[in-house]
Amino acid sequence: MMDDLTQYPLTLEGADAPMVSFRNVTKRYGSLTVLEGLDLDVAEGEMIAIIGPSGSGKTTVLRMLMLERIQEGVIYVDGKPITHQAKNGKLVPASDRYLRRAREPIGMCFQHFNLFPHMTALQNCMEGPVQVLGMSRRDARERAEDLLEMVGMIDKKDQHPSRLSGGQQQRVAIARALAMRPKVMLFDEVTSALDPEVIGEVTNVIKKLVTEHNLTMLMVTHQMGFARDISDRVCFFYGGRIEEQGKPAELFDNPQRERTQQFLSAVKSAD
Amino acid sequence: MSYWEFLSEYGPRLIDGTLVTAAQFFLAAALAIVIALIAGLMKLSPYLPVRAPAVVYIEVFRGTSLLVQLYWIFFVLPLFGVSFDKFTAGFVAVGMNLGAYGAELVRGGIQSVPKGQWEAAYSLSMSPLRRMWRIILPQALLNMLPPWGNLLIELLKGTALVALISVADLMFEARQINGSTYLSAQTFGSALIIYYIFARLIITPFMRWLERVMRRKLGRA
Amino acid sequence: MFDWRWDFTWEILPRLFEATLNTMIAAGAGYAIAVVLGLVLALAQRTPWRVLTFVVREVVEFIRSTPLVLQIFFVFFVGPQFGIRLDPWTSGMIAIGLHYSAYLSEVYRGGIESVAKGQWEACASLSMSTRDTYFRIIIPQALPPSLAGMGNYLVGIFKDTPMLSVIGVAELMHTANAIGSENYRFLEPYTLVGVIFLAISLPAAGLIRVFEGWVRKKLGMQ
Repeated sequence: MMDDLTQYPLTLEGADAPMVSFRNVTKRYGSLTVLEGLDLDVAEGEMIAIIGPSGSGKTTVLRMLMLERIQEGVIYVDGKPITHQAKNGKLVPASDRYLRRAREPIGMCFQHFNLFPHMTALQNCMEGPVQVLGMSRRDARERAEDLLEMVGMIDKKDQHPSRLSGGQQQRVAIARALAMRPKVMLFDEVTSALDPEVIGEVTNVIKKLVTEHNLTMLMVTHQMGFARDISDRVCFFYGGRIEEQGKPAELFDNPQRERTQQFLSAVKSAD
Repeated sequence: MSYWEFLSEYGPRLIDGTLVTAAQFFLAAALAIVIALIAGLMKLSPYLPVRAPAVVYIEVFRGTSLLVQLYWIFFVLPLFGVSFDKFTAGFVAVGMNLGAYGAELVRGGIQSVPKGQWEAAYSLSMSPLRRMWRIILPQALLNMLPPWGNLLIELLKGTALVALISVADLMFEARQINGSTYLSAQTFGSALIIYYIFARLIITPFMRWLERVMRRKLGRA
Repeated sequence: MFDWRWDFTWEILPRLFEATLNTMIAAGAGYAIAVVLGLVLALAQRTPWRVLTFVVREVVEFIRSTPLVLQIFFVFFVGPQFGIRLDPWTSGMIAIGLHYSAYLSEVYRGGIESVAKGQWEACASLSMSTRDTYFRIIIPQALPPSLAGMGNYLVGIFKDTPMLSVIGVAELMHTANAIGSENYRFLEPYTLVGVIFLAISLPAAGLIRVFEGWVRKKLGMQ
């Protein structure tokens, strides 16, 4: 089935245009459909928590924004399509180069940090600004040090990742992503690989981002309490679609759908 | 003739041969490293026209003997208008042969870098070339250093075959001395010992040192 | 192709095929020696006698770090110096067998070391003799992880047989040299030798992988 691309606008304009917009997005791996017909708008400065059982497609939402291609639909970031580019007034699938450029306003943090092991914390944070943004080493260093200060890692700036704990690595990874001055931040289960006692140091950094900066954020998480605390909206994914979404208090205290109720009670009993 | 007399008489010739072997080794190693990098990267390309020549090259050079390749390059290639003097033909053949094995090490080393590293580099909007050069290759290099140590010893052993196209290396000198003295145990024994020293007291320690240095530089001490 | 003579090709092919047979015999015989001797070298390094272990270890290192072609000369020429005459075939088989036994001993060592420590403890708890422990328990388990290495060296020994031509073993390379100098044409014989090697070693590598899978399945290890 061919997707009719003429139904999508070339750009999203207007004061109330969403920062991130999924329009009818379908993602398949081979014959397996992971997400089907996803429609989701995220406003500027909004913090979205994405929850759901494993295999529900929640991580795929972030991966489509940053790493993978989609089969149907269009994704817009900051008003411009990223998965497609305009050619002669029509949308066509984006080239690799266009796709990478279009993703520049997005930053991402991973479950397993993925810090570059051959660089120190500071070098990790300077790599993008120097290599991609073409900043001078001095400016990049200043920016990196400010960010490491913000995440509380300035005293470890010359350490390689192998010398850092998981929580410390994740904080450096957040600083590294922020060094690119993204408009949208993605957090993919950033606390899942951490020991329980260090989860707090990472969630505190994210809280700080929410209160002090006007970043648009999408966060996949298993920590319901954290999601409830800091998000503006919670999306519950099930079977490749959004089963239910709403304000955290509403969704957690008064879930409407049966699957949401089952999931939340299962999570609660596991805690 | 005692062994010491033998050495004082023929030692200088063995040393001359060793120097030629060393030259063959370094030139062939440099060529092998360059070829291995290029062919290894090409083999990882998603584009068939880029990948195919690398695959053919690797399979042909790994599927046939170094000696056959050496003779082919020295005796047959001139018929196609490409002629090398014997010294060049020698290290070109050895370098191309071991380069094919090295290409597989490069490919394996790159594939051993976790996928998350590619993703992290991509999420910083790094171009494909920058991702490879700044992020992936440094890590891959460290992973493949130990097998490269073995490969360089194989390469040293491979250089002994250039004697068969009359390059005056250690092997060649040993044969010449043996031909005129019939002191086979002394000549071939000495040559074996020199190769052993070259491999175990120069190549192996150097590679270990390189690994330590890289490890420190990459923060994995 | 450039100046390629098909009539000459057809003329020399039968001789090359005959030599191919010799090459395979040489590779097979050398490999048989290497398989057995390699096991001896591997087991010798696991004895409690420190001196023996040390000496064998050094000998293996020595053989692995020096050129095979030089070892072939050594074996062929050193015998007569002390009154032992070996014909080219015998010296060739000894040299190539010895060379590859050093490599195979490393493969076996890796295989034996890959067997879980608990297996040794289980054997000890059943008061099995050292011999039974090795031949009934350890080696059967060490075999599958060794197969890939063993297969690679079978192809390796085959590709190294041309070196035997230097002492006059009538394998492929030697025959190609002879044809070349008889006719002053090297293009066809050398190219054909390359093609024959490719035609054998490429499928062989594939067959070995199939065989490896079959043995693993047979032993119920997969």
